[in-house]
Amino acid sequence: MSADNTTTIDQDDVDRFSAMAAEWWDPAGKFKPLHKFNPVRLRYIRETVTEHFELDASQDKPFSGLRILDIGCGGGLLCEPMARMGADVVGADASEKNIEIAKIHAKQSELTIDYRATTSENLDAQGEQFDVILNMEVVEHVSDVDLFLKSCAHMVKPGGLIFIATINRTTKARALAIFMAENVLRWLPKGTHQYEKLVKPSEIDAALEGTGVSVFKRSGVFYNPLTDDWNLSKDMDVNYMVVAKRES
Amino acid sequence: MAKAATPKKPAKRKAALPQKTDILIAGAGYVGLLTAVSIARSAPSLNIVVVDAAPDNVWQNDGRASAVAAAAVRMLDQLDCWQDILPHAQPINEMVVTDSRTNDPVRPVFLTFEGSIDEGEPFARMIPNVEMIRALRKRCDEYGVTIVQGVGVTGFENNEESQSVDIQLGDEHTLRAKLLIACDGVNSRLRDMAGIKTVHWDYGQAGIVATIAHERSHEGRAEEHFLPAGPFAILPLTDNRSSIVWTESTEKAQRLINGDEFTFDIELEQRFGLKLGDIKVETKPRAYPLGLTLARDFVKPRFALAGDAAHGIHPIAGQGLNLGFKDAAALAEKVVEAHRLGLDIGALNVLEEYQRWRRFDTVQMGVTTDILNRLFSNDIAPLRALRSFGLGVVDRLPKLKDFFINQASGISGKTPRLLRGEQI
Repeated sequence: MSADNTTTIDQDDVDRFSAMAAEWWDPAGKFKPLHKFNPVRLRYIRETVTEHFELDASQDKPFSGLRILDIGCGGGLLCEPMARMGADVVGADASEKNIEIAKIHAKQSELTIDYRATTSENLDAQGEQFDVILNMEVVEHVSDVDLFLKSCAHMVKPGGLIFIATINRTTKARALAIFMAENVLRWLPKGTHQYEKLVKPSEIDAALEGTGVSVFKRSGVFYNPLTDDWNLSKDMDVNYMVVAKRES
Repeated sequence: MAKAATPKKPAKRKAALPQKTDILIAGAGYVGLLTAVSIARSAPSLNIVVVDAAPDNVWQNDGRASAVAAAAVRMLDQLDCWQDILPHAQPINEMVVTDSRTNDPVRPVFLTFEGSIDEGEPFARMIPNVEMIRALRKRCDEYGVTIVQGVGVTGFENNEESQSVDIQLGDEHTLRAKLLIACDGVNSRLRDMAGIKTVHWDYGQAGIVATIAHERSHEGRAEEHFLPAGPFAILPLTDNRSSIVWTESTEKAQRLINGDEFTFDIELEQRFGLKLGDIKVETKPRAYPLGLTLARDFVKPRFALAGDAAHGIHPIAGQGLNLGFKDAAALAEKVVEAHRLGLDIGALNVLEEYQRWRRFDTVQMGVTTDILNRLFSNDIAPLRALRSFGLGVVDRLPKLKDFFINQASGISGKTPRLLRGEQI
């Protein structure tokens, strides 16, 4: 990958995640919170996509025929489920090491996934187009949210969708998603999230302006400590997901 | 809501074992078969193989019957099995519980559970095990589940390289699966192989089980008499027949079933009474040791325990089978859900959700039946007074009685969808 000036990669974040890459797939390891979080976002993706594209949700592989990009795919925690649901999946991550881990794991799982160590800007420059783009827990780690989201939006086919999941920049998020999660519960290593880099929903709307892609669905995601699970909620103050579409 | 799968073409029962499958279930009892049918119905693309170490004729010669609660009937109905079982089912319309010494001429009636769950729905039914297994096997055939008798699991090992578990079957055959489910009973060998420890104690009691023919109709009434040696239950079957579960000390139970018929009949008559007229023992009585066995873990990576393999409890409240149904329904629901979301069905975090769902309920039931047994299986005067008082109070408080009836019919707590009569 060439070190040009228009990249949206933050090198510090890439290094930190590469160091942890080997642990991606251990449900009891460092990425345990992500494994716990996975079902709620997968259910959200499955329901939204089947409804939007009018697919048969009772099918075992409802995503057959859809081309999906998972940007910032890490070890492939979302790519593999997408492939099992029948999608033609491209997984992209800036970290070579993550991509290696993801490739090895996909082979072990006997799944075919097109993993690439690259950026959204490069994929866009190559003229790639997708029915669905997944941008899950990524925007809070990029250096230029605006540039990043514009390149993603550009790759959405007419009638296609883009999912963006991240953490809101609020006092509540600072208390729960950073202080509690990193210092008290120790779910995440210290320094995983920096408050200044968190993204407000309005900033996503602003970044997508003029791209022809606009947000039509918003949900909060909230952790219930009593039942130890994640649920959708109306409260978007901490974790939230939005879905945007390009008109066909 | 997801539509039920259209049945695939029937699988050959004696089909050769494949090299690879998605799910291997060890044990073709009702828990193993229920789990197989529940998953196959909602996730038809998952391949399922069921193996059982016993030869094919063993299940066909099981003369026992089981009390099946209303929720379990809803599940069997949802799985299209109920219409096959219904002709053989005897509704329990009334349940009488008494506490007495064996030779008391008239036993005080403390609790009469006459309640129905819905209009016209009895709270439990007695069904012959063989009919339940037959119906479940028929559905397995329709859904393409392979059942192989006479083959047991002799070892297994997780294979990280292939994200699966390699299972040794019998002498030579190895099969690779994503998930191994052990439904091989209270003395589960797979549980030991997985290195899962149990909490166990022996009650020093055995349950004698037999089918009794009698002159007059039981009118759908079940009776449970708390005798000093332990509970003596009479459970109605179709035609003028009843099933008995007769608790005695292990030693006495052995003596009774191995002794002469005359002695057995006299002892039986003393407990069964003659209000249903002349009685006759129809099947050879068998004794089953009673104990409490709780597995410390229900799951390991790519491995899950269900039914008696996870928990063997005292039959005092007739709850063992209902726990097995709940396990099958909960495990199937979690596996199908994970499969729909494209998750690895054998991953520990998926299986842990099943464990979390079932363990509390199981331990609670294990402890409750244990306390009941300790409270009732004795002839200590103060305890007799206490439990008489206790049962009398329960009978007078409608709310508490409802709670007991609901527990007995298995519809309380967070209920898996199949037990609510819904699809997964």
